[in-house]
Amino acid sequence: MTSPAISLAHRRPIGERIIERLLFLAAALGVVTTIGIIAVLAFETYEFFLEVSPIEFFTGTRWSALIKPQSWGVLALISGTLLVSAIALLIAIPLGLLAAVLLAEYATPRARNVIKPILETIAGVPTIVLGFFGLNFIAPQILRPLLGTDNIGVFSALNGGIVVGILVTPLIASISEDAMRAVPRGMREGAFAMGATKFEVVRKVVFPAAISGIMASIILAMSRAIGETMAVVLTVGTKPQFTFDPTESVQTMTAFIVQISIGETAQGSVEYRSLFAVGATLFLMTFVLNLLSGWVVRRFRTAY
Amino acid sequence: MSAFSPARPVARFEPAVMRRKFTGTLFYGACLAAIGLLLLTLVALLVDVFVRAAPWLDVGFLTGVPSSRPARAGILPAMVGTFEIGIIVGVLTFPIGVAAAIYLAEYASDSRLNRLLQTNISNLAGVPSIIYGILGLALFVRALAMGPTILAAALTLSLLILPVVIIASIEALKAVPQAQREGAYALGASRWQMVSRSVLPAAAPGIMTGIILAMARAIGEAAPLILIGAFTFVTFLPNPISGQYTVLPIQIYGWAQRPQADFQGISAAAIVVVLGLMLVLNGLALIVRVRLSRHIQW
Repeated sequence: MTSPAISLAHRRPIGERIIERLLFLAAALGVVTTIGIIAVLAFETYEFFLEVSPIEFFTGTRWSALIKPQSWGVLALISGTLLVSAIALLIAIPLGLLAAVLLAEYATPRARNVIKPILETIAGVPTIVLGFFGLNFIAPQILRPLLGTDNIGVFSALNGGIVVGILVTPLIASISEDAMRAVPRGMREGAFAMGATKFEVVRKVVFPAAISGIMASIILAMSRAIGETMAVVLTVGTKPQFTFDPTESVQTMTAFIVQISIGETAQGSVEYRSLFAVGATLFLMTFVLNLLSGWVVRRFRTAY
Repeated sequence: MSAFSPARPVARFEPAVMRRKFTGTLFYGACLAAIGLLLLTLVALLVDVFVRAAPWLDVGFLTGVPSSRPARAGILPAMVGTFEIGIIVGVLTFPIGVAAAIYLAEYASDSRLNRLLQTNISNLAGVPSIIYGILGLALFVRALAMGPTILAAALTLSLLILPVVIIASIEALKAVPQAQREGAYALGASRWQMVSRSVLPAAAPGIMTGIILAMARAIGEAAPLILIGAFTFVTFLPNPISGQYTVLPIQIYGWAQRPQADFQGISAAAIVVVLGLMLVLNGLALIVRVRLSRHIQW
């Protein structure tokens, strides 16, 4: 009597295949989310452009959605956003990189246990709390006494920039630290053997070797700064204007979206649709920056 | 000129060790100053908030409802709203996030489609939270006619933190050594048996930590909920599927917008409550990590 041959290459049981399908569906939900975001933004933005000329939108420098006569120059919002982000990066790049070097190159394990939690705590604070801090501490206790109450108001691009700078510093620090740690020990030791001082090793060996990660961290921080909302809403004010003066009150794209959302704006009105057009602009800007950071990592990475 | 003549060195090399070391010391000083400044900022933030909050924090504040008089205002509706949203977000993102991570880390072959899924998730993690608010407004509030409710808010926040949960879970799964998988296969396990009984328990501490931290992020978010119609003046306990609602960060925002010092005070008091909640969640993450990884050794 022959027993049926046991095939080791048998078909996988049906249960196994169903499980794999279900897991795939969960992973594919992300694609649905992306399509949803793009579809919603594209549809309402299209409707918006039926009423407002894209040329006015992209080249105008005056934005007035709620006060007549209306004007739809998104450059006023973009300049406010970029001004705040630039100030934020001016603060976060030096602070974040110095913190990263300290963690990756200088700190003993014990010192790391003190420094890391400081950065993680800052990263974990809800951004509305940082907005509160800007409104109640940085403006009245630091900026206005320092620059004079006549020269800077409670709401200013500088105030928003400082707050957002604090908020993105941990991001730059942690990604840059990882990049520096990935530089092999042998490269440092080679430089030390040639008589380099610790600082020279950091500046001429570790830093250039980690540059792809460092640049990516800065681009991601910029993307994060552009999209930051709650910290900005409480600190920059509600005055959209095309200016690069940091002591002025401005309005960012995100702050405008919030202003329209809290107001009593009728669904289907042009003001309501402008929210989506501004949202689409914001989405495109952060999307390009996120793609750029990925490209920088691939393009400039040196594998060891 | 002979090679031994020191008269004209081939390359100019000045050791200048003292000066170079001094530059190094200056740089080290700058690093310390940067960390010092960050620490100082954090301390200033906490002290400022606590000093403002102290006169307002009492039992009445925790059990009361918002009021136009700061002395009588409380945050119970906001706390209940935050808890309801937290629970729904947790229940939704835990299974979906872990399933997606398992697919990407354990099942997905290196095909174009799978690479697209992976890239898509890291791109989603970089989309500003307010954009998720716009999606939630158009999709859940309007198209699916849920209205501005806790449920719509929780679904929106779930979409927002899913990429974070997935990325953290993938990291945790990838940290499990290959031998763990080969061991399970060697005992005749199917792929699902291998994943569910061998890899997943080993990755559990990392996954749980990632989920708890993502929940903390969801609870602290305010921007998307402004679009989902969260109110700042809700005097009753919110119902998850109908009616107005509020959450702690929205309540903070609403009070912080008022110019009066008393409202800034109760806003600070609400911040202390949120920070306390964050502390609890972070502590929980730490405990989970230590407890669950006690039996894992490799």
